[in-house]
Amino acid sequence: MALTFIYPEYEVIRNSERCITCRVCERQCANEAHEFLAGIDKMVCDDSKCVNCHRCVSLCPTHALKITKSGNTYKQNSNWGGKYIDEIYKQAESGGVLLSGMGNPENYPVYFDKILLNASQVTNPPIDPLREPMETKISLGAKPQNIKRDKDGKLINNLPPRLSLSMPLMFSAMSYGSISYNAHECLARAAKELGILYNTGEGGLHNDFYQYGDNTIVQVASGRFGVHPDYLNTGAAIEIKMGQGAKPGIGGHLPGAKIVGDISRTRMIPEGSDAISPAPHHDIYSIEDLRQLVYSLKEVTNYQKPVIVKIAAVHNVTAIASGIARSGADIIAIDGFRGGTGAAPTRIRDHVGIPIELALASVDQRLREEGIRENVSIVVGGSIRQSADIVKAIALGADCVYIATAALMALGCHLCRSCYTGKCNWGIATQMPELKKRLNPDIGYQRLVNLINAWRHEIKEMMGGMGINSIESLKGNRLMLRGIGLNEKELSILGIRHAGE
Amino acid sequence: MQKEGEIRIPSGCAISGILNKTGKRISGEAIIKSIAVMHDRSNGLGGGFAAYGIYPEYKNFYALHIFYDSSHVRKECEDFLERHFDIINLSKIPTRKIKEITDEPLIWRYFVTPLPTKLAESQLDESEFTVKCVFRVNTRIDGAYVFSSGKNMGVFKAVGFPEDVGRFYRLDEYEGFCFTAHGRYPTNTPGWWGGAHPFALLDYSVVHNGEISSYDANRRAIEMYGYKCTLQTDTEVITYIIDYLNRKKGLTFPEIAIVTAAPFWQTIKRMDKESQEIHEYLRTMFSAQLITGPFSIIVGFDGGIMALNDRLKLRSLVIGEKDDFVYIASEEAAIRIVEPELTKVFAPKGGEPIIYTVNETSERSGN
Repeated sequence: MALTFIYPEYEVIRNSERCITCRVCERQCANEAHEFLAGIDKMVCDDSKCVNCHRCVSLCPTHALKITKSGNTYKQNSNWGGKYIDEIYKQAESGGVLLSGMGNPENYPVYFDKILLNASQVTNPPIDPLREPMETKISLGAKPQNIKRDKDGKLINNLPPRLSLSMPLMFSAMSYGSISYNAHECLARAAKELGILYNTGEGGLHNDFYQYGDNTIVQVASGRFGVHPDYLNTGAAIEIKMGQGAKPGIGGHLPGAKIVGDISRTRMIPEGSDAISPAPHHDIYSIEDLRQLVYSLKEVTNYQKPVIVKIAAVHNVTAIASGIARSGADIIAIDGFRGGTGAAPTRIRDHVGIPIELALASVDQRLREEGIRENVSIVVGGSIRQSADIVKAIALGADCVYIATAALMALGCHLCRSCYTGKCNWGIATQMPELKKRLNPDIGYQRLVNLINAWRHEIKEMMGGMGINSIESLKGNRLMLRGIGLNEKELSILGIRHAGE
Repeated sequence: MQKEGEIRIPSGCAISGILNKTGKRISGEAIIKSIAVMHDRSNGLGGGFAAYGIYPEYKNFYALHIFYDSSHVRKECEDFLERHFDIINLSKIPTRKIKEITDEPLIWRYFVTPLPTKLAESQLDESEFTVKCVFRVNTRIDGAYVFSSGKNMGVFKAVGFPEDVGRFYRLDEYEGFCFTAHGRYPTNTPGWWGGAHPFALLDYSVVHNGEISSYDANRRAIEMYGYKCTLQTDTEVITYIIDYLNRKKGLTFPEIAIVTAAPFWQTIKRMDKESQEIHEYLRTMFSAQLITGPFSIIVGFDGGIMALNDRLKLRSLVIGEKDDFVYIASEEAAIRIVEPELTKVFAPKGGEPIIYTVNETSERSGN
């Protein structure tokens, strides 16, 4: 192996007094970081192979393992941080684009963490969700301008097809191929039990999962992998993926190594071929083209399915959203720059796009100013980390949120950000048979259900505290929010006041 | 300190209403008597009345009641009115000097009808044209405030206890078939007459007790449709919601109750199929007009009155009936003082609209 200049970022610390050399760590590590030296009856470790996924840490029966930052430092330099130096070395060695997995980890502001929620005192009673009904049910889609009555004056239901969800949360797009069969099964079953929806991503829908169609959003991305009339008609809604928060401006990547067996069949592409989605949809070079695709999909599905258009949060997201709201789309999904992915060029992931909180606030406000906010629902993602983020997103104006990273974490993901290697030790972002069987769908789906039910309860408690007993009354209710440590401009974009005002 | 409209001021309150179902006109004395009983539910920082049927001789004209800070502003506003309306009559609203009511603005009344040329030019109907003009005055002419704009009805309000406000405006000298009243208990000093209640737009008037938690969701939604919430009060946004749903969208008052104080989904699920469909439709279609948090309101409209509580019934509201009269109040005492011998007394359930119209038998919906 050629000389590498990079010292391992993490160090595997083994407490030899606790280690019983059971070799679990060795068997569990697809990166082959652990090794048993039979001659001296000892476990050793190559830190350079460790991705810090915590599989060995979690499975070590005696808690003999932990992983720490290695602490090796270059000479201190405020301009040339260690990260930049390492990246130079890597690219000088490989000549390639740097790849990353999961969402932008850099130190940009997280606006959700600078927003505080309100609660009722004296003039208005808080409501106790344990004793009173607390409604989290929502419905997504377009609304007509006016009501209609028949000749007897009875109201006619003139609403276009809509999605009905038990709470304002859905599992965001993750393709079959980028994640495993078992991971998809977990998402589909959890969505069904929870009364919400999951999203196929751009890899088509495995035959086995057609039974969860009512809880499925089928995606149409620029690669059009696995798209056919049955697929479109099986889902409860169709999502056109124009962009993704982790990598605005480029399409999805799935290395050929992951295109095996059922995945190749489901995607309708040959085994082993890289699935590189084009950056644009080649039939959409402008907004009027988008309108044609929206209506083509509606034609195929006989106008029975709401159409979602998903975009990445970029600088002119408000104008784009306004265009989409007039394009026949029923729902706009906006993905913030923190959104996750299986693989993205590091530079794009870390430097392109804007925070979802700002994008959401300005899109919601803009659509209201144009009087077309009710034409569409807004779903936001990238990144929703816990239930208070959801409450804040709804109060800023979202109808619903998308989560994906959090869902994978419920399944075991430890955010090692190495999905693109295909060697996910947790059986999620891998197609290696011995790895993917590690994710037990019966346990995984239950963990998802647990997480979302816990969040639902927390949302109800926060709503109750505010004296709000229906999620509709939280939507866009920005008086329930106050900024903390934000400047005037940030407050004005978010449309909220500062704490104490 | 920020004035009302620049900041949101929550208030507790007393409300009261009287309606004669045959349209017989009575003096305003009864409503003053009723609201006075609930003196302790106000704190002297706002009181007011809406009176229906008081201007029969001008019943086809919009009666604009306007506060002015100065005669200079009045001139500016009257110029505006003259450019848009035919002014049939104008005068100061007669008041009685009493020591409890001070710092009054100039209070004027105009009976107007839109100028046909202006109306045609605007491509709006008469009522929408008038609403646009009212908003124009209230948002563009600093120091002028239109606080009543209906036909054959009028709002009278001030900073003070409601019974004093009634005497100040000589309400006992008016005769109407329907009155509502409000005593305000704001948690902050507004000190501005426009901030008192009732709040009215065209023939719709609302008196309200409560603090709605859905305020900003409702405000931001209704402002999409051309309404401007200049006061930041619950009553203002509720009035606009009712105007929007009734006048612009054509919902009936029982349907408005389903939208604003919607039954819970779990209740809807137990309904028969037809009502289920209607409830689901209305809740979905008008989800942004759902009002949460405590409220009791009395809505006055052309030819009737509606009493409505929030979906959990977090505010008191009692209704009494005797012969042709209907009484609605925050407390039963406020009814008994006017009519001790009631044939029927009841408290509506949360979200149950109680609607009475003139010349029709009372209808109780929701049961």
